[in-house]
Amino acid sequence: MKVPVSWLSEYCDPGLSSAQLRDVLAMSGTEVERVSRFGIPAENGNSGMFKVGRVLSVEKHPDADRLSVCRVWLSESDERTIVCGAPNVAVEQTVMVALPGAVLPDGTKLGRATLRGVASDGMILSETEIALGDDAGGIIELPGALEPGSEAASHVPLGDDVLEFEITPNRPDCLAVYGVARELHAATGSPLAAEPGDADAVAAGKGKADDLLTVTVADHSLCPRFSTRVFTDVEVGPSPLWLRQRLLAAGQRPISNVVDITNYVMLLIGQPMHAFDLDRVAEATLHVRAAKEGERLVTLDGETRLFDSDAVLVCDGDGPAGIGGIMGGATSEVSERTVRVAMEAATWNGTNILQTSKKLALRSEASNRFEKQLHPELALQAQRVAARLMVEVCGAKMVPGTIDVAGEIAPVPRITLRSQRVDGLLGERIEPEQSREILERLGFSVESTGADLVVVVPYFRAVDVTREADLIEEVARIHGLDKLPATLPSRRYAIGGLSSQQRLRRGAEDLLRGQGLCEVVSFSFIAPDAVDGLRLARDDQRRRVLHLANPLSEDQSAMRTTLLPGLLEVARRNLARDITSLRLFESGRVFLSNGPDKLPDERVALGALLAGDYLPRTWRSPARQPDLYSAKALLGALLEQLGVEWMLADGGPAFLHPGRAAQILAAGHECGYVGELHPLVGRAFGLAELERPPAVFELDLTEILETAVEATRYKDLITLPAVYQDIAVVVEEAVEAQTVIECVRSGGGPELRSVEVFDLYRGEQLEPGKKSVALRLEFRSAERTLTDEDAAALRERIKKELADELGAALREGPRG
Amino acid sequence: MNEIEGDSPEQILEQLSAVAEQAERAVLEASSAEDVEELRVRYLGRKAVLTQVLRSVAKLPVEQRAEIGKRGNEARHALEALIAERAATLEGDELDHRLAGERVDVTLPGDPPISVGHLHLITSTRREIEDVFIGLGYKVLEGPEVETDYYNFTALNHPPGHPARMLQDTFYFSDEVLLRTHTSPMQVRVMESQPPPVYGIFPGRVYRRDSDATHTPMFNQIEGLAVDEGLTLADLQGTLLEFARAIFGAVREVRLRPHFFPFTEPSVEVDVSCFACDASGRLADGLCDPLCKGSGWIEIAGAGMVDPNVFEFVREQGYDPELVQGFAFGLGIDRIAMLKHAVPDLRLLFENDLRFLEQF
Repeated sequence: MKVPVSWLSEYCDPGLSSAQLRDVLAMSGTEVERVSRFGIPAENGNSGMFKVGRVLSVEKHPDADRLSVCRVWLSESDERTIVCGAPNVAVEQTVMVALPGAVLPDGTKLGRATLRGVASDGMILSETEIALGDDAGGIIELPGALEPGSEAASHVPLGDDVLEFEITPNRPDCLAVYGVARELHAATGSPLAAEPGDADAVAAGKGKADDLLTVTVADHSLCPRFSTRVFTDVEVGPSPLWLRQRLLAAGQRPISNVVDITNYVMLLIGQPMHAFDLDRVAEATLHVRAAKEGERLVTLDGETRLFDSDAVLVCDGDGPAGIGGIMGGATSEVSERTVRVAMEAATWNGTNILQTSKKLALRSEASNRFEKQLHPELALQAQRVAARLMVEVCGAKMVPGTIDVAGEIAPVPRITLRSQRVDGLLGERIEPEQSREILERLGFSVESTGADLVVVVPYFRAVDVTREADLIEEVARIHGLDKLPATLPSRRYAIGGLSSQQRLRRGAEDLLRGQGLCEVVSFSFIAPDAVDGLRLARDDQRRRVLHLANPLSEDQSAMRTTLLPGLLEVARRNLARDITSLRLFESGRVFLSNGPDKLPDERVALGALLAGDYLPRTWRSPARQPDLYSAKALLGALLEQLGVEWMLADGGPAFLHPGRAAQILAAGHECGYVGELHPLVGRAFGLAELERPPAVFELDLTEILETAVEATRYKDLITLPAVYQDIAVVVEEAVEAQTVIECVRSGGGPELRSVEVFDLYRGEQLEPGKKSVALRLEFRSAERTLTDEDAAALRERIKKELADELGAALREGPRG
Repeated sequence: MNEIEGDSPEQILEQLSAVAEQAERAVLEASSAEDVEELRVRYLGRKAVLTQVLRSVAKLPVEQRAEIGKRGNEARHALEALIAERAATLEGDELDHRLAGERVDVTLPGDPPISVGHLHLITSTRREIEDVFIGLGYKVLEGPEVETDYYNFTALNHPPGHPARMLQDTFYFSDEVLLRTHTSPMQVRVMESQPPPVYGIFPGRVYRRDSDATHTPMFNQIEGLAVDEGLTLADLQGTLLEFARAIFGAVREVRLRPHFFPFTEPSVEVDVSCFACDASGRLADGLCDPLCKGSGWIEIAGAGMVDPNVFEFVREQGYDPELVQGFAFGLGIDRIAMLKHAVPDLRLLFENDLRFLEQF
């Protein structure tokens, strides 16, 4: 909402600068987005450079057909020659002259110019040059009574500061100059002029409005009031300069005086209006009703609109003539030929307007106000303001009577305001007398005195203020929030902290950071075809994709079911920028759809990606590319920190290399994958250039954290020392390390505390098709110190178990 | 090798000192550890002169033995010490000489440091904020990002058709299911799950259908909710003052400006005094501070006292608006991160360029 300061000052003028006005209003709750300037700049006495002048003579320019050389009189001592290009310049005209040095609205500084050999000592102004209109064709002719040499700005507004407000949706009354003036009055105590709608025009027309127009409303729940006044002898034409300037400064384009009056009233008091050419209203009837399904109307903007039965139409004898509260139709538009005007000021159902304008994708200045629910009383105020202007500006005669079709209007709220409640909610003592004064300045009437006040809400706040809390807000904001003390709650049972799962999750993220990974944050959206790019099986639950009904783009139209597409995209983008050493992780939600009408399963996932020169090249070691084992090492560190029993099982998802991938099993449940990316998936995600595909893992943290152990119990690993033995087990190539380890564990029994693979040998010293897995064994008893003899006995048991179960032999040698 | 001539005590002593003197000179003149070792064998070995002198003491009469034996041992110990010292000196010199030959080019780069990882700036900022409120007695609670219309709007006093719904461009899955547009839905979810008092913060991703230079369709908020007996707007101000000072510096001030949110009444916006210009609006060079646009204040939160209509949705859980009062606030994590670290463009947070991420 743009409010020109000069217009505002007409209703309340505390004598503050624009910047002070901005601050005062912002601190009392009317936020000013910016202060802009309309028209000529104000600095350095610029407005003194614009004068009234009288044209003494006009002669054709000797060398240019379209130019005239004028003598212009400003005063006894100031008569000057000005070259002018306007066709309408004539002797005896009173004009506006910009002197050399004047700065125009577009920032141009006027100099002394020589036009085709003739020196011009200033400029005779047209509308466009001072931003008062778009008529560049001719100069502005001022009333002849104006004294030459006087400052033009004292007769015509040439420049104005404009306060651009951001009005919150609860305050349609502030989508109006007078509403803002009322706020300014409340905030500063400066006097407020009477409501513009207090005074009415004299009804000088003939007959009765009722006889000229018939109005009916089918349903007052959709249209609580439809008021109309009729004007005759209307002279349609351009509005006077002052009116145009105000509209332009407020951001509204002037059209014709009748239309401009409707806009002026809307900007002044917040009630949109509509003017009908009464002679084009078929059968001189207006009927307000719900639209029929499929009904159409061409609106003022030239678009054909199609309605469903929720829209509300204003119809004449021929059918739809306007969309109630949103936009009028073209058929009964006011034109140059109009002589009789039916002026409408109606009240609409805000919710209906909001929904209809949303469905039609049609928002207007009118709908923006109506959707916030205006009060029916405002419509009658608007009629009075408009009537005075119709008479004054258009020379119209008002036909006696207002056609007022209104339903039952709810009484305004009466609310008790308890003083103790005011203090209790704000944490500051505010005397009831002070509350009363504030409320009265805001237009409320206060009926009783004492600690509790009975407050009657004015019609223009009746929608917004309905409860005691609303009144307390009014008191607080005008009293000044800057006066509030800063205190802290005297808390009961308030023990802050993270949950155990939140701590574990932080720990997991910290661990990956500690291992040199960099956290990324991807959008939760993916392209729906990403699941095909991942080659997911039909029954893979990552195909449970939830689709947005109104996405911003196809690429961001589905919710991710895995972190992988995001990680791959981050990898691709960085590789494209020649960043080749990638160690990434993300910690965030994935979404498994239960259908669009139900909430999905949201799971916290933790995913990592290693790619490119995972360990970069140096002058003494080559770069290392990641593989399954690089990812597995991180995964192991992570799961061990979380205290989770885990193992890998065959059968990774389809987006991984079939021979280099595994499922992660934690506490017996599948809860993720680890492996190297399938080359085709790498290609689909733009990573074909990588020497090796990325190594990745992803964990369902929601699942894992259920079994994770935060505080482990102390185990005595110190009092009774361990005994270590190294063995090398020769097995068939196909036997997995895990199988060997399990066999060793089963032979070693409870005293075998850990088994670690530390070497793998294939070669000449073994039979073809065999490999040797070297293991370090740690033995420890809970009861006594183990001797070398004990260890030797355990080793024999393991040897026997390996021979019996796997047909494996121990390789006796230097390591044995 | 010197033979011992004669065996009178005087003669023996004379010989002893002569040999000791000779040995001492030889040791001091030795030029390598090897030479020193040779001298050790010569003078202190089994067949050495000194050894023999000491042996010959046995032949002397008992009353003469003690004096000569003592002198002999003294000479031997002195020589042993001298030899050890000389050997150590020479070995040290030789090692230094050898090490000098092992010189490397110290200007070559060191091994790459064990790579240091990074939390995303959003995560580190979120944790920093969480930790401030944990210190103030708040629990951290998380809720779903895909929400129902009920929790996102209706129960927050935005009934269907309410114009405030227009303020937020919402992503929908269906009429009833949407992406939460703020972290505020957790207010009602948390109150449904526990009776008062509540002191909680609710961090997380939120979504709005908006994408331009200053908006991303996904961003991050932290909602705060405190409900207890007798909480006031002044308590809200004090709480956010503590927060602002913890995050932006001990000398910061906050100010509340009246605003509108459907689910709080009174509603306020919260500004913190600008830390770039120290609330003056002007930088050291006199120019207008671009951070606060010359106002001296930076908006950091929306807040207010919980609207009684919101309590009506959870009245049965013990939230009678006549008995309890509460305040709520919403902070933008991304915005606070950008302010604190002078990040010029919101989109940098989501591009995940490592050259950005590795700075934090």
